[in-house]
Amino acid sequence: MIQQIVFILIAAITFFFAFKQYSKIVRNIRLGKSEKISGNVGDRIKNVALIAFGQKKMFKRWIPAIMHLFIYVAFLFTQIELIEIIIDGTFGIHRFFGDKLGALYNVIINSIEFLSVGAFVATIVFLARRNLLKLPRFTMAEMKGWPFKDGNLILIGELLLLMGIFSMNGSDVVLQQVDPDHFKNTGHLLVSSHLGPALFGGLSESALHLIERSGWWLHIMVVFGFINYLPHSKHLHIFFAFPNVYFDKLQPRGEMSNMPEIMNEVKSMMGLTEGGDEEMNEDIPEFGSKDVFDLSWKNILEAYTCTECGRCSSVCPANVTGKKLSPRKIMMDIRDRADVIGNNLDSGSEEFKKDKSKPLNADNYEDGKSLFDSITKEEIYACTSCNACVEACPVLINPLEPILEMRRYDILTMSEGPSDWLPMFNSIENGGAVWQMPDSRDQWAQDFNSEKA
Amino acid sequence: MRIKTIAEYKNEGKEPEILFWVGCAGSFDARAKKVSAAFVKILNAAGVSFAILGNEESCTGDPARRAGNEFLYQMSALQNIETLKSYEIKKIVSTCPHCYNTLKNEYPKLGGEFEVVHHTQLIQTLIEDGRLTIEGGKFEGKRITYHDSCYMGRVNGEYEAPRSLLSKLDVDIIEMDRHKSTGLCCGAGGAQMFKEDEPGDKRINQDRVEEALEQSPDIVTANCPFCITMLLDGIKGKEKQEEVMVLDLSELIVEANNL
Ligand code: SF4
Ligand code: SF4
Repeated sequence: MIQQIVFILIAAITFFFAFKQYSKIVRNIRLGKSEKISGNVGDRIKNVALIAFGQKKMFKRWIPAIMHLFIYVAFLFTQIELIEIIIDGTFGIHRFFGDKLGALYNVIINSIEFLSVGAFVATIVFLARRNLLKLPRFTMAEMKGWPFKDGNLILIGELLLLMGIFSMNGSDVVLQQVDPDHFKNTGHLLVSSHLGPALFGGLSESALHLIERSGWWLHIMVVFGFINYLPHSKHLHIFFAFPNVYFDKLQPRGEMSNMPEIMNEVKSMMGLTEGGDEEMNEDIPEFGSKDVFDLSWKNILEAYTCTECGRCSSVCPANVTGKKLSPRKIMMDIRDRADVIGNNLDSGSEEFKKDKSKPLNADNYEDGKSLFDSITKEEIYACTSCNACVEACPVLINPLEPILEMRRYDILTMSEGPSDWLPMFNSIENGGAVWQMPDSRDQWAQDFNSEKA
Repeated sequence: MRIKTIAEYKNEGKEPEILFWVGCAGSFDARAKKVSAAFVKILNAAGVSFAILGNEESCTGDPARRAGNEFLYQMSALQNIETLKSYEIKKIVSTCPHCYNTLKNEYPKLGGEFEVVHHTQLIQTLIEDGRLTIEGGKFEGKRITYHDSCYMGRVNGEYEAPRSLLSKLDVDIIEMDRHKSTGLCCGAGGAQMFKEDEPGDKRINQDRVEEALEQSPDIVTANCPFCITMLLDGIKGKEKQEEVMVLDLSELIVEANNL
């Protein structure tokens, strides 16, 4: 009874805090500009099935893909067990599904055990990859500090979870012999039927009970911990990958987003508008993106979805030749900036009000900082727009888009940018070509014709 | 056949099969001009009637747009679209993947809808339709590697047309480690062509050329004027320009067929 009350209380607190935290992230995503992304539901569902659910893009690198798959499928299957744990915990029963699912129950638990062994091996390898092998993509500058700890913490949590599962099942198997009334027969278990007797055989009944309960609590507490930890972690991708893939823009990769304000202004300059007087913008217009407020909500969703895997940066031509640009860092900086703004908004502090007479909110916010404080111009101007990062990302994140939006801000709003580009801009404007040339554009054709003649 | 402008065609009351979009590089860059001429020879050999815009063509605006200068892009693009529409152009071929991409994927939002193909794709269609045959043999035994341009490859998903042309030349393509969807950029895109690099360990084209040279090729082929410039510079940097040639696919075909 006490166990039940404690369980319900902890579960309630867990879900309460989780709800608050996830709402904050949704709010942070909505700091971005609204942009309608819809249509092609069929293609979207197909993408979710293949890329998010089926992890298609992970399989460009086989070995990590298979190991990741073990952890992922083990995670999916464990959900069934988790539902059981929540029912058991709430109503004070033991293995609720045990006699309801019949033979299927044994299959499910065995699948979980099999996958858990795979997940265990994968977790150890992943820990080694980060800490012993020091794979370059896990040790770049942006991975210092919290991201490094985060990667390890989640793997250690994973190990704890697996320990919980096996001590719970292992002691259960032994208890099934001792106290068959309480401990329903689960049938032969792949791992626990061997590991249980080997580790716990011969222990007293009360010790076995203690171990079984400890395993059970460890399992569920790690899960509760995860739920509240995820919003601060790259592991948020286990949820966000799905909406992120669903809301992919599905436009040609080579198409930069159009800027209708500028298009219309140029059209009216060129006398191309029908019906004459277009309304002109009276404010001094701001173009491109200086801060998360100027990005699309989708860019921010992508930032929160980023798994920090570094596949993008490991193929970025600028990054591999030692430039400062790292597409992963761009996504991490956007996320961190959205977090800071969100926290400042929650603080309610006067100092963040743009107009002191109005309440603090996203439209009335100023902290004297922007994305340019963490993302330097050196980074955004090193990009070749090659799309290697876009191609590499397993969860359809596009780091190129915010880079180009920041260029737009710097060039159009600030009239800055690399001075090397000025001759090119001038030549296009005055001569219609990227270079200033003495020859006419068709000179090559004239030469060709006279050679023939 | 001499090269005619679309204005000349109109004056004669005729319509060409296709418009050849030459681009800034194809019009002005000494190396790329040779590719324009080579492609024209192929069009002539296949009996394709084509026109150029001549002095009415201007930059598609791609480098300006990718540099962040949307105003300039819109000015260039809208001007071009007006010109193309005034001649009722329907089909365009380009030897430059950047022009190709902008014409195909970006002009529609500005009201310019055209059927756009890249020269490697057009040549492949000409072969399929029996209008052009490629004589194999000339390059037999040569080691040839192919560099995927970002804007035909990853961006527009065209990996096969160039490779199928190479296979028609009886050559074995020696692939670099990073090819097709993982092909490394030459370093020119995103308007990098027009500025100095940011500080780093090396230039991108140097990295790419080192990878190409690992295959000890006789010829490095590409399908983009900017890639060709970058690869050529990289190879000169390694002082290998005597041993390794950098050629556009159309130049290989001109060689093979003695056009
Ligand atoms: S598009 Fe830019 S950021 Fe992405 S891989 Fe290419 S150079 Fe790097
Ligand atoms: S953007 Fe994509 S590829 Fe890059 S680190 Fe994030 S999840 Fe990985």
